[in-house]
Amino acid sequence: MRIGEIVTAGVLALFSLYLMWKSAELPVGYIAGTGPGGGAWPFWLSGIMLVCCGCIAFNWWRRTSPPSQSEEPVLSPSGWRMLLFVGGGIVGFVALIEVISMYGALAVFLFYYTRFLGRHSLALSLSLALIAPVTLFFFFEGAMRISMPTGMPFTDPVFNVLYELIY
Amino acid sequence: MDVLHLLSDGMLLALQPLNLLLILIGVSVGLFIGAMPGLGSVNGVAILLPITFLVPPTGAIIFLAAIYYGAMYGGAISSITLGIPGASTAVATTFDGRPLARQGRASLALVTAALASFVGGTIANVLFTLFAPLLAGVALSFGPPEIFALMLLAFATFVGLGGDDIPKTIFSICFGLVIGAIGFDQISGAPRLVLFDMSEFLKGIGFLVLAIGVYGIGEMLWTIEQTRGEVETTNPKMTMRGMAADAKEATKRGWKGSMIGSFLGFFVGVLPAAGATPGSLMAYGVAKMVSRKPEEYGRGTPDGVAAPEAANNAASTGSMLPMLTLGIPGSPTTAILLGGMVIWGLVPGPRLFAEETEFVWGLIGSFYVSNFAALLINLAFIPLFIWMLRMPFTILAPVIFVLSIVGGYAATRSMFDLWLMIAFGIGAFFLRRFDYPLAPAVLAIVLGPIAEPTLRQSLLLSSGDPSIFFTRPIAGPITIVALILIFLPALKLLRRIGARKPAA
Amino acid sequence: MTISKRGFLALACAATLAAAPIHAFAADWQPRKPIDFVIMAGPGGGADQIARFIQSVAEKKGLTRRPLVPNNKGGGSGAEALIHLTTVNDPDHTILVTLNSFFTTPIRQENLGIDIMTFTPVAMMGVDPFVLWIHKDSGITTVDQFIETVKSMNGEYVMGGTGSGQEDSIVIAYMSEAFGLNVKYIPYDGGGAVAKDLAGKQIMATVNNPAEAKGFYEAGDFVPLLAFSDERMEAYPDVPTIRELGHDFSYYNQRAVVGAPGMSDEAAAYYQDLFTQIYESEEWQGYLASESLSPLWMNAEEQTAYWAKQVETHRKLLAALGG
Repeated sequence: MRIGEIVTAGVLALFSLYLMWKSAELPVGYIAGTGPGGGAWPFWLSGIMLVCCGCIAFNWWRRTSPPSQSEEPVLSPSGWRMLLFVGGGIVGFVALIEVISMYGALAVFLFYYTRFLGRHSLALSLSLALIAPVTLFFFFEGAMRISMPTGMPFTDPVFNVLYELIY
Repeated sequence: MDVLHLLSDGMLLALQPLNLLLILIGVSVGLFIGAMPGLGSVNGVAILLPITFLVPPTGAIIFLAAIYYGAMYGGAISSITLGIPGASTAVATTFDGRPLARQGRASLALVTAALASFVGGTIANVLFTLFAPLLAGVALSFGPPEIFALMLLAFATFVGLGGDDIPKTIFSICFGLVIGAIGFDQISGAPRLVLFDMSEFLKGIGFLVLAIGVYGIGEMLWTIEQTRGEVETTNPKMTMRGMAADAKEATKRGWKGSMIGSFLGFFVGVLPAAGATPGSLMAYGVAKMVSRKPEEYGRGTPDGVAAPEAANNAASTGSMLPMLTLGIPGSPTTAILLGGMVIWGLVPGPRLFAEETEFVWGLIGSFYVSNFAALLINLAFIPLFIWMLRMPFTILAPVIFVLSIVGGYAATRSMFDLWLMIAFGIGAFFLRRFDYPLAPAVLAIVLGPIAEPTLRQSLLLSSGDPSIFFTRPIAGPITIVALILIFLPALKLLRRIGARKPAA
Repeated sequence: MTISKRGFLALACAATLAAAPIHAFAADWQPRKPIDFVIMAGPGGGADQIARFIQSVAEKKGLTRRPLVPNNKGGGSGAEALIHLTTVNDPDHTILVTLNSFFTTPIRQENLGIDIMTFTPVAMMGVDPFVLWIHKDSGITTVDQFIETVKSMNGEYVMGGTGSGQEDSIVIAYMSEAFGLNVKYIPYDGGGAVAKDLAGKQIMATVNNPAEAKGFYEAGDFVPLLAFSDERMEAYPDVPTIRELGHDFSYYNQRAVVGAPGMSDEAAAYYQDLFTQIYESEEWQGYLASESLSPLWMNAEEQTAYWAKQVETHRKLLAALGG
């Protein structure tokens, strides 16, 4: 935790600096007669962010903030595992959307999560993975008229049939 | 009384079988749309607009207004049960609604939200009925300097929102403000902060991308990590008696918040540029300030749910006012309603009240009826939402992730924004670990894009002279109050540091 | 610097003639999925209203086999919408409702690499004229008084409009140049906000489209002084045009529908036919009249030529504006 705190503050400070540099592409000063320039608002606010990072580092050095006193690790091994499995699952989900469509991807994700992370029965996982996309399809495409990504062209035949059904 | 007469005519019109049916359907549809993260009244109203051609204009706008109302009630449901504010107006509801749900008191939070919404809606309706033309004038007297002063006041209420770590809170506020500035600079028309020169950033980063990222993904990961994926479901079964007890407790512990929220929300909602988000935030802040037990706020007090919920409902009624009397939409939803009125051949604006009496009073009457219908329907569905919370967490969690991603896409229609959402989510998970409060950032991304242009418009008006915020009759007092509220805690802090030094 | 306008009759004939052969082979292609109906502006603005109106007409008459799904992409002065159309993987199901940022944004943002000439012309639904408005309490009733007042205020006269480099600022910049005026320009994020602040007397004059100012005009709060159209407008017969005052200028906001680059000819023909039907509908003609839009029907080739001309015009206008 103690190392994590200062590393986080450092990363955020770098990010603030980047934002300041990027804002400075537009005038950041006070233009007489018209007020602040186009980059002033983000520039000075990023500046305050940088100052805050400095204060956080100072508190870290004084050991006043709770994370800077704590000696426990940022994440326990099981925590990292959770992040990998759950976070990775979500990333996989979004990556799959562009391949097998939103509905295909969410079915796969639901099955993966309930079966392998939740250890539910195969029957439950499968039925959830089937019911959810169908319900959401009718809700979004049918009722709300919002079309979701259909993935790569090979899913087209399926969707053409489905669209035929609802319109 | 002329007004009473017109109003009762309007109510009778709203109670006609067809209109009443439209209200009931509209409120139910709105409730579910509002409860979906990512979808809000805008979606419901926009999608159902073409369908309204099948009924007469009065019925059509009543239907759309009912959806609007239903969605406002529904927003609280996702804030409380899922912990994801589906709309910026419901962010403040999570502050106390979420802790209550965690303590197994989701039903109390939901009942409080429903009752407070009803109170807010009703008070706003009465104010609307009595003072509509007068308030239209007030709305017009708010130019850029006044709106900026109001934003400053909203920021002043932030001071109490963060955690104990002041630099981290300020960091969070500024982060939200800077992220909100990405895209185009409205004043000079130049692109700004196009991060890594990716053209996707030109369109800016929307509130929902950050909010769903932080709450729907970051906060969920955090919960799973803290509990190792096994959240105990403590929510008791819903019974009629339990709900009655909740209603009693909600009334007792939430009436003050409801009152504050109703009036504040309505007045802020009437101002076209401000809208319901600052209204709900300020209501929360004020309720906390005047409370005798401010330490309860953020840990789950019904007052903390009641204030923002009353406020956002009152504000949604309030935002109808400039739309009807001036033809100026106070929110994206009213903008679409306005478009609808044009399609139906009505001219919103100063003369609508005089020329389309039946339409206007039918609509106002329907506000009362919709509000009441929304309360009943909402209460009826609460057991369903509680039942959802009783599902094993290993099923609820993936469902929430799916709703976040699907809802996020529905709101933005952009794969890029989905990736950004995940990045925010994972970032929020780690920042949360190091005690960075994130709610201020989520609210700042909404308020920043209102505050910055009004600040600069004001300075353009005054040729760069900042005294414009102090010398105008309305802006002046608001600015001064806001500055006092902002610097009071800072002064206290300085005094405390000053007092500590000699001792050390 | 002129946007030509045709007579109403000629237009109706041209439309019928143009539509006739299209009917013959349009039946070949039908949309297979919901049509992504992109709007170059946020919800509630003029373009959005028009898009929703078109959608509702199509819906009411059952003109399309698959629904038109409105999709607001107003970010970055329309850059978001233009990028979306150029990168879409199914151009046959993507169309865009445009305004003049269709011309200005690619000029102002050359690094986007967008060439609007690659877009597929579909339909020109009408053009929205601009009018100079002031508040009745100012006591000004003629353009001459207006010019005199502005000059006497020595740069302190405040006008509002949409963002810098957008339509309103172009019109105001031209007017200031033509009459030798020096005004203070406050940019807003939309025409509605501009009209509201004129009604509240936060600003002194605007160049709103008639649709945005109509309510206040009818209530007697706003006074129109000058029209930026080619001829006097039917709704405001007493308002002179800037052309009558000896300046060869007119400016309209285009309300057109275009298809994504790379749309197949069959799909383009389908949409051209669809929007011809919508254009000719009673509802749309009524909308044009009630919102004071001018009809300006064109076939596909004419539209492409019109775009090329507009790009040139705007390049010059923006260069004169200094950005």
